[in-house]
Amino acid sequence: MKPPPFRYHDPKTVSEAVGLLASLENAKLLAGGQSLMPMLNMRFVLPDHIIDLNRVEGLSYIRDTQGALDVGAMTRQRDLEFSEPVRARWPIMHEALLQVGHRQTRNRGTIGGSLCHLDPAAELVSLATGYDATVTVVGPAGQREVGFAEFPVAYMTPAIEANELVVGVRFPQWAPKHGYAFVEFSRRHGDFAITSAAVLLEGDAAGKITRASVTIGGMGTVPRRASEVEQAIVGQVPAGSFFRDACESCRKLEAIDDVHAPASYRQHLAAVLSRRALEKAHARLLEAHGGSPR
Amino acid sequence: MKETRKIAVTVNGKRYEDEVEVRVTLADFIRHQLGLTGTHLGCEHGVCGACTILFDDRSARSCLMLAVQADGHDILTVEGIAPSPDKLHPLQQAFHEHHGLQCGFCTPGILTTLIEFLRDNPDPSEQEVRIAISGNLCRCTGYQNIVVATLDAAKRLRAEPAQSQTNAAQRS
Repeated sequence: MKPPPFRYHDPKTVSEAVGLLASLENAKLLAGGQSLMPMLNMRFVLPDHIIDLNRVEGLSYIRDTQGALDVGAMTRQRDLEFSEPVRARWPIMHEALLQVGHRQTRNRGTIGGSLCHLDPAAELVSLATGYDATVTVVGPAGQREVGFAEFPVAYMTPAIEANELVVGVRFPQWAPKHGYAFVEFSRRHGDFAITSAAVLLEGDAAGKITRASVTIGGMGTVPRRASEVEQAIVGQVPAGSFFRDACESCRKLEAIDDVHAPASYRQHLAAVLSRRALEKAHARLLEAHGGSPR
Repeated sequence: MKETRKIAVTVNGKRYEDEVEVRVTLADFIRHQLGLTGTHLGCEHGVCGACTILFDDRSARSCLMLAVQADGHDILTVEGIAPSPDKLHPLQQAFHEHHGLQCGFCTPGILTTLIEFLRDNPDPSEQEVRIAISGNLCRCTGYQNIVVATLDAAKRLRAEPAQSQTNAAQRS
């Protein structure tokens, strides 16, 4: 298995990369290569040009700025995993990253690559959905920002034009005392999740939920916010089977059938995993407020 | 349409300059052009981990990189792990003593993966070791002896940290 023949370009700047994108037909951007390289080796893609972003300057950074985390598109997953600000203020990202592939792939894999590849089961895609991250895109006409709710247009298809390049992502920060959990089911550690649940909760010391984000990954063609669950739990103080009942609505979410699992199984997992993630996130929320997990 | 480039890489402390076709993977370059056949190719699409090398001290799958991407970078392969031709690295010694390999096909990738892992995490738990090698497939051992060997190697390296130096590190 060898990649098919292509012309290779390794621009040093973003504008050089954008210029190449505008002038070349059938070009593919190469970021960390953990998805594109296997696809090349298996000849699932046959680009005439590869534009390698690994030597482009200024695309790898993690900045903790005024209530948001700014991450350069070529930042390696490993650098996010080991980042102290991420661990302290975006802890769900650390928890999710430990389930992204393996050390060898996280050392190369980039956040921009993951988001643009847009696998509906990818952990980082779920997080961007849950945080409603903002993606910064550069093209011939300049720079624009895309909210993550509008970023996936179809299965593995981001809302960027063929001559545009993702340069960065912004994740807003939740309250310093928030609850979080990333829970997934996969057959082997490091595999893409069959289904996953990402939960962020804000609330008070009494356990009342004031803000919630619940994202189900691996279900449909793109990750989805379980908005019915979010609406059902905000303003409530969970007790008894509250989360279990609230998560039943996940069984109605659209799900795909594939070799890994039928739709009905994914819907079952969505209800179970979202409940587990909510319970874990709520326990952490109470803990953050100095209370004891119930 | 055969585009080539001239590249310079440091492999196991030794500098190589060569001309490569741009579509050649780093794994094929290491094996076929440098003749370092210790790096093994199993699946060639990033699943088995046999081709793992250290790229600028970080483990990476060499089948998922292009040789041109290595221009100007530093690589460690399994050949560069032992401190000298007649002495094994403590990790290799532990694999030898604990029967941490049978056919040995996956071993180069597992050793390079663990060199990085033990450097970052010198006192791992059994569970952490199992997660560290989760990206490496072994079809002979059932992993048990690999885990035992790794924990023993970690103990030896903690006792004598100087031994963790690889041949390549001593040379450079």
